[in-house]
Amino acid sequence: MTMTESWPVRFLLIGLTLGFLGLFVVLPMLSVFVEAFARGLGPYLAKLMQPDALSAIQLTLLVASIAVPLNVVFGVSAAWLICKYRFWGKSVLVTLIDLPFSVSPVVSGLIYVLMFGRRSVLGTWLEQHDIHIIFTTPGIVLATIFVTFPFVAREVIPLMQDQGNDEEEAALTLGASGWRVLFQVTLPKIKWGLLYGITLCTARTMGEFGAVSVVSGHIRGRTTTMPLEVEILYNEYDTVGAFALASLLMFLALATLIAKKIIEVSQHRT
Amino acid sequence: MLPGFRPTLGVTLTYLSLIVLIPLSGMVLKTAGMSWLDFWHTISGARAVAAYRMSFGGALLAALVNAGLGLVVAWVLVRYRFPGKAVADALVDLPLALPTAVAGIALTTIYSKNGWAGSRLEPHGIQVAFAPVGVTVAMIFVGLPFAVRTVQPVLLDFHTQAEEASATLGATRWQTFRGVIFPTLVPSLMTGFALAFARAVGEYGSIVFISGNLPMKTEIVPLLIVTKLEQYDYSGATALAVVMLTGSLVLLLLSNLLQGWTRRGRRG
Amino acid sequence: MMISARNITKRYTLKGTPAVFDASFAAPPEGITTLLGPSGSGKTTLLRVVAGLESVDQGQVLFDHRDVTRLPARQRGIGFVFQSFALFNHMSVRRNIGYSLEVRGVSKADRRRRTDELLALVQLEGYGDGYPLQLSGGQRQRVGFARALASKPEILLLDEPFGSLDTQVRLELREWLTQLHQTTRLTTLMVTHDQEEALELSQQIVVMDGGRVVQVGTPSQIYDQPKTPFVAWFVGTGNVLRGTVEGAKITVGSLSVAVPSGVPDGSEVQAIVRPHHFRLEKNGAAPGRSVGTITRLVGLGGNVKLQLKLPSNQSVTVQLSRREAESMRLEVGDSVTVDLAEAKVFVANYSI
Repeated sequence: MTMTESWPVRFLLIGLTLGFLGLFVVLPMLSVFVEAFARGLGPYLAKLMQPDALSAIQLTLLVASIAVPLNVVFGVSAAWLICKYRFWGKSVLVTLIDLPFSVSPVVSGLIYVLMFGRRSVLGTWLEQHDIHIIFTTPGIVLATIFVTFPFVAREVIPLMQDQGNDEEEAALTLGASGWRVLFQVTLPKIKWGLLYGITLCTARTMGEFGAVSVVSGHIRGRTTTMPLEVEILYNEYDTVGAFALASLLMFLALATLIAKKIIEVSQHRT
Repeated sequence: MLPGFRPTLGVTLTYLSLIVLIPLSGMVLKTAGMSWLDFWHTISGARAVAAYRMSFGGALLAALVNAGLGLVVAWVLVRYRFPGKAVADALVDLPLALPTAVAGIALTTIYSKNGWAGSRLEPHGIQVAFAPVGVTVAMIFVGLPFAVRTVQPVLLDFHTQAEEASATLGATRWQTFRGVIFPTLVPSLMTGFALAFARAVGEYGSIVFISGNLPMKTEIVPLLIVTKLEQYDYSGATALAVVMLTGSLVLLLLSNLLQGWTRRGRRG
Repeated sequence: MMISARNITKRYTLKGTPAVFDASFAAPPEGITTLLGPSGSGKTTLLRVVAGLESVDQGQVLFDHRDVTRLPARQRGIGFVFQSFALFNHMSVRRNIGYSLEVRGVSKADRRRRTDELLALVQLEGYGDGYPLQLSGGQRQRVGFARALASKPEILLLDEPFGSLDTQVRLELREWLTQLHQTTRLTTLMVTHDQEEALELSQQIVVMDGGRVVQVGTPSQIYDQPKTPFVAWFVGTGNVLRGTVEGAKITVGSLSVAVPSGVPDGSEVQAIVRPHHFRLEKNGAAPGRSVGTITRLVGLGGNVKLQLKLPSNQSVTVQLSRREAESMRLEVGDSVTVDLAEAKVFVANYSI
C-alpha cells in the first residue's frame, strides 16, 4: 500500500497496543500461574485435591452439564424462530435475549432471590412444599442459565440470518420433514458458530461469580462453585489454594480462546 | 413456510418466561410493595450516592480509556502485520472468557503493595489496590473487548477507496484519518463506549477484590446490594437494583439505537 | 400436467400494496411458461406460491384438476431450482442429487443407479464424489437441476436459475435448458427479468408488473401485440413518442405517426416504435418529410445501432442491418429522412 502511516507512527501505535494488552491482559494472566505454582508442583496438586476444592469442581461441572445443553436447545430454537419466520414482536424477543448482557450479575442473582427466596413472592409456598431453590443447587443452575443463555443464541442468530433459508427450502421441496431439515441441513450449516457459542457458554457457565454468589449461600462443600471457592480461599489468605483453582479456570478460558481461533481459521477455509 | 413455527415459538417463549419474565416480575412486585418514601430514602442515602459516584464515575473514565485505546488496538490489529499478531488478537477476548473472580484476584495481586506493579508504583505515591484507581483499572480490563470488537469489523469492512481518493486529492495522512476514516468509526466507537460503560457499571467479581470495598470510598453499587442482602434488607437491595436496572435498560436502548444508526449511516 | 393459478392474492404487510394481486394464468402441460417482469413485480412470490413455499391469502393453485393450495411444499411433488443453487455444501454432489430419494427411503443401490443416470443427463459424469464448492457456478446449477429431477417430479419450477452466472455461462445454460426440456418434457414454470431469455425459451409468457398479471401470450403475441405501453416497452426495446392527436395523427418533431380513426383530436397518445421499424434514407429530403441527424453510430456484430436526433430535440434509437448501413454509407453528423414502418399506438394505457 502506498498510503499508510509513517514508520515512527506505526511503531508508536504497535507499541501502545502491545503495552496496553501486556499491562491489562498478559500480566494478570501470568500472575495466576505464578502465584499458583509459587511453592512448586506438589503443593499445587495437593491444593486441588482438597475435599472442598474437589466438591467445588464437581458442582461446577454439574451446573455446566445442565445449563449448557439447555441453553443450546434454547439458542437453536430462538434462532430458528427469528430467522425463518415473519411475525410481530421480533425486536422485543431479541431485546429480551440481550437483557442478561446488560444487567449486572448481582442484580441477576437478586432477581432470583426475590422470586424464590424465603421472604419472597413464592417463598412461603415453596417452603410449605419443602422445595428449596435459593441456597441450593437448583438456584445456582437457574441463576447461571439466566446469565449465560444469550451466548449460544447470540452466536447462532446472526449466522443463520446471514446464511438465509434457500437450502432449507430446497430440502423441503425435495420432500424432507422439519426435523430432517434441522439436522441434515441447518445444523451442519451453523456448525462452527454453534461450536464457538457452546465453548463460550461453557466457559461463562463455569466462571460465573456475581449471580451465583448472591444465590448460593456459600456453604463450603455443598453450594460453592469453583469461583466461589476461589473467593473463600483468597479471603483466608490461602493464596496458593485460591490461585491453584483459579489456574484451572484460566486454562478453561485459554482453551476457549484457542477454540475460537481454530474455528475462525476453519471458517475461512470452507 | 418452513415447518417448526409452533415448537420453536413454544420453546422460546417458555424458556424466556421461566428464566427472565417471571423472575423479573417478582422483582417488580417487590418494588411495588415498597413505599415511595422508603425507596427514595434508600437510593439517596449518602453511602448509596458515594457508591454511584464510584460505579458510574469509574465506569465513565474506564470506558473513555477503552474507547481511545480500543481504537488504537483495533487499528493495529486490522492494518498492521507484526509477529505475534494472532496471539494479540486472541488475547483481546480474554476478559470475556475469563471468570470474573479469577480476574479479580489476579488484578489485586499484581497491584497490591507487594505486587509486581504495585511495588513499583508505591514509592511514587501511587496506590492502586484498595483505591478508586484500582477500581478503574479493573473496569478497563472488563471493558477492553467491547471497545475493540465493535470497532474492528467496521475497520475490516472499510472501503479503502475513500482513503485512496483522499490521498490522491492531496490530504496528509492525519487529515485523511480525521476527515475520512474517523467519522465512519464514530458510531461504532460510541457503541463500544456504551457497552464498555454498561459492563463496568454492573461488574462485580473483577472489582470486588481490588476495591477493598471501603464504604464511601471504593464501594461499588453491586457490592452495596450484596451487603444489604446479607443484612436481609431485601427492600434496600431491591431499590438499588431498580436504579441499576433502569440504568441498564436506558443504556441498552441507547446502544441499540446507536447500532441502528451505524447501519443506516453505512447504507446511506 | 397443467398448472393453474386462479386469483392469487398474497400480502406481506397488512396495509400497502400486496406482493401479488388477483393473479391468474395457466401453464400448459409439457411447455415452458415464463413469469416475466421487473424486480418487485411479484413474479418470484407467485412462483413460490405455486411451489407451496408461501401461503396464499386468496386464490387457488391447481395441478391438473387437483387443488393443492393447502398442501405443504414437501407433498406437492415438484422440483425447484434456486437462483443461489442452494446446494448442501457439506454433502457430496452425489448425495445432493440423491437427497429426495434418500428422504423417501429408496435403497442405496437404487439411489446410486438413479444418480448415475442424472449425472449423465446433466453432463457431470465423474463429478459425483466431489463437493459443491469445488465446482464452477454453471456446474453447480446443473447439479441443482439434477437434484430437482431425481424423484421424477411432474412439475419443474425455476427461480431465475441463471441469475447468478456469468453472461457467457448464462447463454450456454440457456441452450442447455432447451435441450434438457426436450428430453424431459416436463411442465416448467420459470421466473426471469431477462426478456431475451423469456422470448427465447418459452412457449408462453406471463408478463407481470406491480403484483398483477398484465398480459399472457406466446412470445410473438407479447412482442407484436403488446396490450399496454409497459409490455411494449419492457419486452423488446422500444422508443417512446408522445403527442396530442391532431388530424388523425400525432406529430413528434416533424415525424408523423398515424393514429387510427376513432381517436378524437386532443387525446394524449403514446407510440412505441421498435428500433428496427424506422426507415432511413439519405438525400431524400423534401418538404413534409421528417429529418433527423445521426449523433452516434455503433457497430454491434451484424447490426448497426444509431442515435438519431429529431428536430424536436428528442433522440431515438434506430437499428439497421450492417449491410443497409454500409450501402447508405452513413456517418455521424449525416442528415437523413425518417419514416416509420410500424408503430404501436396507445391511448391512456390501452392499445388500439
